[in-house]
Amino acid sequence: MRVNFTVNGRQQEADDVWEGESLLYVLRERMGLPGSKNACEQGECGSCTVRLDGVPVCSCLVAAGQAEGREVVTVEGLADFAKQRAEHGGCATGACGSESGTTLQDAQQWRAKGTDSQTGEGGELSPVQQAFIDAGAVQCGFCTPGLLVAADELLERNDSPSDADIREALSGNLCRCTGYEKILDAVRLAAARQGEAV
Amino acid sequence: MDFLRPAGWEEALAAKAEHPTAVPIAGGTDVMVEINFDHRRPEYLLDLNRVTELQDWHVGEETVQLGASVPYTKIMENLRAELPGLALASHTVASPQIRNRGGVGGNLGTASPAGDAHPALLAADCEVEVESQARGSRLIPIDAFFTGVKRNALEADELIKSVHIKKADGPQQYSKVGTRNAMVIAVCAFGIALHPETRTVRTGIGSAAPTPIRAKAAEEFLNAALEEGGFWDNGKIITPSVAKQFAELCSGAANPIDDVRGTASYRKHAVGIMARRTLGWTWESYRSGKGRGAEGVA
Repeated sequence: MRVNFTVNGRQQEADDVWEGESLLYVLRERMGLPGSKNACEQGECGSCTVRLDGVPVCSCLVAAGQAEGREVVTVEGLADFAKQRAEHGGCATGACGSESGTTLQDAQQWRAKGTDSQTGEGGELSPVQQAFIDAGAVQCGFCTPGLLVAADELLERNDSPSDADIREALSGNLCRCTGYEKILDAVRLAAARQGEAV
Repeated sequence: MDFLRPAGWEEALAAKAEHPTAVPIAGGTDVMVEINFDHRRPEYLLDLNRVTELQDWHVGEETVQLGASVPYTKIMENLRAELPGLALASHTVASPQIRNRGGVGGNLGTASPAGDAHPALLAADCEVEVESQARGSRLIPIDAFFTGVKRNALEADELIKSVHIKKADGPQQYSKVGTRNAMVIAVCAFGIALHPETRTVRTGIGSAAPTPIRAKAAEEFLNAALEEGGFWDNGKIITPSVAKQFAELCSGAANPIDDVRGTASYRKHAVGIMARRTLGWTWESYRSGKGRGAEGVA
C-alpha cells in the first residue's frame, strides 16, 4: 500500500509498504532516514522515538498505515523543528507553510557537521543536541536520537523541569552505556540555556 | 495482510462484521509487538485511529464514559478527580511514549491478567460498552468481562466502544509491584476504592490469578466490619486486626503462578501487603476528608 504523510515538515509518500510494517521501518528503510534507531521493536527502549502529530511515540509500535495523513518529526528534522519553533512560536510542524521543514535529501544527509567533528561547531544543531555534545551525554550514541526527541519535547512544554520531571520524561528511553547522569546534565544545561535566551 | 481504515464507528463495525478475524489496532502497543516478532500474522488489521469518537470522554452525573482509545496520558491529565484509581494506574503504564498511544480499550481487548488498568476498573466498578453491527450495543459488567487468560466476553464481530466507569465517591488507591518504576510489567498489582455512598469497599487484583479478579471475601468481611464498628460515621482508624484480616483475605483470593517475574508465594504475600497499605492510605484520606465532605480525591 501507499502511505502519504508529512515527514519533518515536508509531504512524503512511501510505496509498496507492507500492511504490517511499522512506521520505524518505513522511515529507516523506505525514506532513508536511519536516525531513528531500531532496537527492541517492542516499545521498551525508546530509541525509535519520533513525534507523531507532536506527540512522542515509539515509531516501532505505530503501524505504517496509521501514519497516513499525519505529521512525523524525526531526529533528522529536530534542528529545523526547534528553529521553527523558536522563530514562529510553536508552529514547527510545517502545517503553517510549505517552505519550512527539512527536505528528504537534507534529512538523509544530515550529520552533526562542522569544522570540528567532536564538538559539532558550526553545524546546524538544536539546543538539545548541542547540550548533549557539550555535556558529554553521547557515548555509543545508539540511544541518543530517541533521547533527543524526548528531551526536546519535554523542554517544549516545560521550560524549567525539575529532576523528577526530566527522569519521568526520559523514563521510556534506555541507555545501555548507562550514561544517564550526563544525559540528565545535558537536559539541565539545555533548560538553563533556554531560560537565558528568553 | 489487509489494512482496513474505517473513517468512523459505523464503518468500523461494518468492517468487523465482514471480517470477524480482523484484529483491531488503536495504540498498537500490544498488536505491533506481536507483529514485529512474527508471533501473529492477522489477515486483517482494523485501524481505529480515525474513529474520533473513541478518543473522547464524557463526564456525566454518575459515570465517566471513557472512549476506548483515550490514551493513558489524557486520563492522567484530565480525569484524576473523577477516576483517581485509574489515573494512578495509568501513570504506572510503561513510559510516556507508550502512555501517549495506549488506552483502556486495548488493555481490555488484550485482557492480560497483568493489564495495569484492570485492578482500578474492578475497584471503581464499571461496564464495558461493546457493539456489533448485527446486534447493536450492550454493556458488559466488568465482573463478567474477563473470562480466562487473555480472554474476554467479546464476540468475534464486536468492538469495544467505551467504558462507563463510576465516578469516585470516595478515595481510591492503586499499587503495583515491579522491579523498576518505569517500563515494567506488574509482578502483581492491587486497586482499592472506598464507596462511602453505598458504604462498601471494592478491590481489584492484577497478575495474581488467571484473570484480573476482585477479592470478594475480603470485601464482604471489611464491609461488615466497617458497618459493625460504625467506622463510616465515626471515621476512626481501622482496627489493626481488621486491616490484617482484610489483607489475609486479599492474599487468599490470589491464585498466582510461579513465573519469571515472581513466585506464587511472593505474589500472594505482596498482594496482602499492598491490600493493607492501600486500605490504610484510602481510609486515612477518607477520615481527613470527612470533615470537609469527603471529596473523591485520593
